[in-house]
Amino acid sequence: MIEAIGLTKRYGSTVAVDNLSFTVRSGRVTGFLGPNGAGKSTTMRMILGLDRPTAGSVLIDGKPYQELRHPLRTVGALLDAKWVHPNRSARNHLRWMAAASGLPAGRVDEVLDQVGLTSVANKRAGGFSLGMSQRLGIAGALLGDPKVLLFDEPVNGLDPEGILWIRRFMQDLAKQGRTVLVSSHLLSEMALTAEDLVVIGRGRLISQGSTADLIGGATQNTVLVRTPQAQHLGNALAHKGFQVESKPDGSLVVSGASSDQVGDVAASCGVVLHELSPQRGSLEEAFMQLTGDSVEYQSSEVAAR
Amino acid sequence: MNLLAVERIKLFSTRSPWFCMIGALGLTVGFASILAIKSEHVSVGATQGMYLLGLMVVMVMSTLAVTTEYRFGTIRTTFQAVPRRTGALLAKTTVVALVAGLVGEVAAFGSLGAAKLLQPGAALSLSTAADWRAVAGSGLVYALAGVMAVAVGVLVRQSAGAVAILLVVPLLVENLVGLIPDLGAKIQPWLPFQAAGAFLRGTHEGAPYSPWGALAYFAVLAAVLLGAALVVAKKRDA
Repeated sequence: MIEAIGLTKRYGSTVAVDNLSFTVRSGRVTGFLGPNGAGKSTTMRMILGLDRPTAGSVLIDGKPYQELRHPLRTVGALLDAKWVHPNRSARNHLRWMAAASGLPAGRVDEVLDQVGLTSVANKRAGGFSLGMSQRLGIAGALLGDPKVLLFDEPVNGLDPEGILWIRRFMQDLAKQGRTVLVSSHLLSEMALTAEDLVVIGRGRLISQGSTADLIGGATQNTVLVRTPQAQHLGNALAHKGFQVESKPDGSLVVSGASSDQVGDVAASCGVVLHELSPQRGSLEEAFMQLTGDSVEYQSSEVAAR
Repeated sequence: MNLLAVERIKLFSTRSPWFCMIGALGLTVGFASILAIKSEHVSVGATQGMYLLGLMVVMVMSTLAVTTEYRFGTIRTTFQAVPRRTGALLAKTTVVALVAGLVGEVAAFGSLGAAKLLQPGAALSLSTAADWRAVAGSGLVYALAGVMAVAVGVLVRQSAGAVAILLVVPLLVENLVGLIPDLGAKIQPWLPFQAAGAFLRGTHEGAPYSPWGALAYFAVLAAVLLGAALVVAKKRDA
């Protein structure tokens, strides 16, 4: 379990993370979501004791990172796949990490096999593709068989096959009862991977909860209706208290009603329907609605004026 | 012990430290060999003529052991594995200093040995304490210079900057200070590499320290730099 309490990080006058509190539970993948520059990476570095919080604290299974007895055997992390000396082989990179956490050298070959890098283990890491680098980074995170795992934007720049592999991998890790925190700025990706979401914007917590609730709560479900008697049906629906919007092409968008209810109203006043379809709000819409005013580098029409 | 193994694996699993070690030995032993071929009266001191150049190369190796970690982000992985940063950096300093000291000894005795082999008639036996200090003392100077280079690397964090400082100070700054009338001569003994040189080559009349005093002074400077580096690294965001 990861617990952030009032976590704050200031660089001069810039506030990167602002009084952030959240909890990451074990046994499930938690998505750490926010626009670019929201403070996700800074928060992850603070979790790992790399950056010192200006205020607040973060605990891993009840302890600050610095007080963990075997840090790599407790927390595995992949913050940046490029954090490897380019002239060092994949095996040697993992060998020193293993030595630093008192793990047997045999463990190195196990994780290399687990991520499918055995055949290139003695090649220099600088020659690896992005996908291979990510695998090496994951091997490093898994080295100590940790109960807590952090991944910062693990699917960035990967091909579909790589994305699928990482997604399944993280879900498997969570199923084994581990705590998995994955950051991303892509809600659609997190919707497929994460059961819980922690959403931040401009360093502040925007919401925390299950993915389904957050998406459901933030998007409005509407029903699209096409009918030759739009005026008639529109009035009838408005009379029932539903919000009706007329589109330029003559169709109606009804909010606050299910498609069943719209169909019932249409039948009761004898209106012919050509189309009746429920519209689910898109994930991106939900995300924009949640983080709307907390995007740091916004390209708004106001700014362009 | 674990931490020393970590730093040993790191140092020897890339190529540049090997190049630096071979380069330092090639320069020092090579120069001594040429000198011995050309001069029948080569002295013990003369065989150690390229000590400063070899030292420069070893300091570059030492500082790169730190700055490449900052350059490639592996310092963060290191601090993740060992959150007590002081311990991790002390282990690195120890390994680098041991390797630097070993290179210094091999360079010094290698130079002397090559000269003896090529000019068997020359007076090259180590008969005085000064002779012994001039040769065997190299390892101590190299090791302490390695500590300084690690400290500078931690403080500066960038390869180009750290290397520039480590080359410009001993080769240029320390010699230029001597050009200042009156004052220059008074300051010069207190500059680090002048002190190291005084230890190896012996002190002049009127020097403010004995040869071993000069080495002690050099060691204190290295310790102060290292202390500053450890404090800064502990406070700074990685």
